[in-house]
Amino acid sequence: MTIMDQDRDDGIVLTEEQKRRRRARSIAIACALGALVLLFYVLTIVKLGPGVMNRPM
Amino acid sequence: MSLITEGAQVARPVGADGRAEPSLAGVGDYFALLKPRVMSLVVFTALVGLMVAPGHLHPVVGFIALLCIAVGAGAAGALNMWYDADIDALMTRTADRPIPAGRVTRGEALGFGMTLGVFAIAVLGLATNWVAAGLLAFTIFFYVAIYTMWLKRSTPQNIVIGGAAGAFPPMIGWAAATGGVGIESIVLFLIIFFWTPPHFWALSLWRAGDYARAGVPMLPVVAGADETRRQILIYSLMLAPLGVVPWLAGFSGALYGVVSFAAGAAIVWLAVRVRREEGLAAAKQLFGFSIIYLFVLFAVLLADDRLNHLIGRSL
Repeated sequence: MTIMDQDRDDGIVLTEEQKRRRRARSIAIACALGALVLLFYVLTIVKLGPGVMNRPM
Repeated sequence: MSLITEGAQVARPVGADGRAEPSLAGVGDYFALLKPRVMSLVVFTALVGLMVAPGHLHPVVGFIALLCIAVGAGAAGALNMWYDADIDALMTRTADRPIPAGRVTRGEALGFGMTLGVFAIAVLGLATNWVAAGLLAFTIFFYVAIYTMWLKRSTPQNIVIGGAAGAFPPMIGWAAATGGVGIESIVLFLIIFFWTPPHFWALSLWRAGDYARAGVPMLPVVAGADETRRQILIYSLMLAPLGVVPWLAGFSGALYGVVSFAAGAAIVWLAVRVRREEGLAAAKQLFGFSIIYLFVLFAVLLADDRLNHLIGRSL
């Protein structure tokens, strides 16, 4: 294989189905991470109360 | 004991160009790894344990606790499928699970299960207390290491001892609310513990061929159908009075007492039929009724508790 051949190597080419499923998995991971952020935020407010915002400067 | 058993597809298969083939797993495949049907019973029994416990837990914290218990149970399910993929492929009931079907690799299931398990335990500990988190961790460990890796393939008592894993959720719910383990939560644990053998052995009576093919020493495979039917009756006879204990011990009301007594009589009657009749019709009825039995018992326990709270408030 020459250097020119290596340059032409496009790597793995995904089929449409593989792209669709990868996209679905990525969205699910994003939703899970977003839910986790929301969960920690709500949990902090519930456990510490609104007083968590009143910190001496 | 190796963490990866032989004959497993640990990583993605490699294509002709020497590269790993991209995953075709959908979101539904990962959801299936969590064993959602088992999870629903776990969540429900944990909810009852949490609600009937004394003390007050903020609803949001209670919801997060249930979410953690559900995710922890799902993690245990994923780790079970990771380890059992070789025998799952041999049984018709489990052959289409994501790993034996080739949609998810064992390595992916292991990573998925471990990540969810660690997160569920940590968040439960931070949100409620470390007794509940410790119980959840022990439950996952018990289900994966004690039941799946050890007992399931080595003894016909696998589901008797392993049944403890499914019995812990109400205790975890109770611990999340109280920070400890009360005698009441131990009774709830024992009800599910003694419910498991008749439930699973009734199923295994008509799935014995599957288990035999996979080399899983379930009771009908090792000791025969007659002995299994006898054991189903014995455990049902222990389960029925145990189901009434919450009323006898005074931590539930008359409504629960009546329902648990009637449901206990029904399950014993079905177990007697399973013992006497040759066919599988009674076993299938017992299997179906056992699910209703546990659901009704815990639902009425919760309803009775809420009713008593309402009456207590209005007086």
